[in-house]
Amino acid sequence: MTAASLVVKDLHVEFSGFVAVDGVSFDAHLGEVRFLIGPNGAGKTTCIDAITGLSKAAGSARIGEQELLGRPVHKIVRLGVGRTFQTASVFDELSVLQNLDIAAGRHRPSVSLLRTRRGVDPAIAQALEETGLADEIATPAGILSHGQKQWLEIAMLLVQDARVLLLDEPVAGMSQDERTATGELLQRLAAKRIVLVVEHDMDFMRRFATRVTVLHQGRVLSQGSVADVQADGKVQEVYLGTAGAATTADMLAVPDLPGVAAGTQKQEVD
Amino acid sequence: MTKLKPRLSLLGIGVFAVLLLGVAPVVLTDHWLGNLGKYCCWAIAAVGIGLAWGRGGMLVMGQGVFFALGAYSMAMHLTLESAGDGVPGFMVLYDPLAPLPAFWEPFRSPAFTLAAVVLLPVIAAGILGFALFKRRVKGAYFAILTQALTVALATLISSTIRETGGDTGLSDFKYFFGFVLNDPANRTLVYLIAAGLLVVCLLVVWQLYRSRFGELLVATRDAEERVRFLGYDPANIKLVAFVISALMASIAGAMFVPIVGIITPAEIGAAASILMIAGVALGGRASLFGPALGAMAVGWGQSSLGSAWPDGWTYILGLLFVVVILFFPKGLSSVLGRFTAARRSPGERPPAAVSAEATAAPELEGVKA
Repeated sequence: MTAASLVVKDLHVEFSGFVAVDGVSFDAHLGEVRFLIGPNGAGKTTCIDAITGLSKAAGSARIGEQELLGRPVHKIVRLGVGRTFQTASVFDELSVLQNLDIAAGRHRPSVSLLRTRRGVDPAIAQALEETGLADEIATPAGILSHGQKQWLEIAMLLVQDARVLLLDEPVAGMSQDERTATGELLQRLAAKRIVLVVEHDMDFMRRFATRVTVLHQGRVLSQGSVADVQADGKVQEVYLGTAGAATTADMLAVPDLPGVAAGTQKQEVD
Repeated sequence: MTKLKPRLSLLGIGVFAVLLLGVAPVVLTDHWLGNLGKYCCWAIAAVGIGLAWGRGGMLVMGQGVFFALGAYSMAMHLTLESAGDGVPGFMVLYDPLAPLPAFWEPFRSPAFTLAAVVLLPVIAAGILGFALFKRRVKGAYFAILTQALTVALATLISSTIRETGGDTGLSDFKYFFGFVLNDPANRTLVYLIAAGLLVVCLLVVWQLYRSRFGELLVATRDAEERVRFLGYDPANIKLVAFVISALMASIAGAMFVPIVGIITPAEIGAAASILMIAGVALGGRASLFGPALGAMAVGWGQSSLGSAWPDGWTYILGLLFVVVILFFPKGLSSVLGRFTAARRSPGERPPAAVSAEATAAPELEGVKA
């Protein structure tokens, strides 16, 4: 595994005239759990969409020397960029093992597709262990609990051997225990892979973030450690409307509520 | 359990093969054996539709096109074989001095004909599928487009009566690769080839369904975008399934010709293509046996009920279709599975609703902190 960093420079995304992301720059390195936060509509997910090729963007997003922008989605994945989605998207009708097997299949020669799976790949066994899904190996993914689906998605990224993990609201809809487990998992993964998390949940961010970038209306508002960001007057203003009216923790927590509630409703639909 | 199921399916194919290849030729009269051969042809096309539509999610409403490629390749060869060194009779009818059209000439060769039956649908479906899937054409648009193609091809054949026989089609085949078709023993042979090909097609999809490709195909059907984010190009996966299904339709068409003895645009047009789909939907599109058995049932209904009561048959088929789609959207083959599932575990599902309550709590804590 190379130690190349993800470096995003001057990212612009426009949807028929509406500028969703306007000159955003940030980077993520091995060994840190990198967070991208901001109120609804700040452009967090759009940044991820642009990096993974889902939305057209101008600017630059590189892993090491390789430019990601302008390539088709599956080619970007093959460069080692994996992502999860806000609504857990696993293959409902397939078992956990089958889901992981498909995720791992990209590294196999295409002829092997015609054969039947025998046994469990070591990489899959390891990912199952790491995400605590070892007991659910034969369960259809559709009947997993919400938290387990998110872990399955992360496990799929692991067997896919992604160098960069882009996680879009991985703990939305999870219980407190599940959140803690997820956070600890991400911290373990960060030693070997670049981990970038988009989150609404400020409590989760405070507990597990190494560095944070705050987005607001498509621009970078603030960047730094959790403490730096919380102390930033601009951040307080955005999150509360007026600066210095309450403690930082409260400010960051207050706008959090509607956001997560909305996110949860979305999750419940599927 | 996971290993048992494919074995059971294989056993099922074995039983099916014994019934078709061993029992049927002994038990059935010549007439009904011919009919069964015809159903086998539709079943071969249906197995392909099951692969493309049931597992791949591509509603292929224009299998008539590929059916026609195989059928007309074979029919042209058989017509030439019957005509000997001369020009087919129907061509002389319009112009006694008519030369044989250039595209007929290579079909004098049996080898070329067999190659055409296999390669023409592969090439046609390959080009068509590549163009459509790379552009991400899917759903209703894909269905309408394939349906339009089959209408276009049927119209083209109808309007080129001098070259293709038009609406009257091609018929009166005397020989099948040297065998006299009037001889009942040879007709049984042709039937056995068709039934054998059906069994082979079932074995092919059986292996495909239990292979990694089969899992990937289902994954692509259910969440194409997600598959793309695993580094695959879904277009290629769908293309493979589409081409195989086209090949099966072509083989079906090629065997249909010597068994039925005539091919006309009506056998490949929109109505015929939809009838193929109807059988697949009735039987259960995603199951292994559903498409084949459904197509055979519809075929049987058409020749028994359809000839006894031609006006009513369409209504019966329509009614059956409505009832199945309404109550068993996965086809009749799902009835048994549903029944056993309902008996095993009444309402045993993990509590998905818990996550909603679980979310609310930590947020409140967040505010307090």
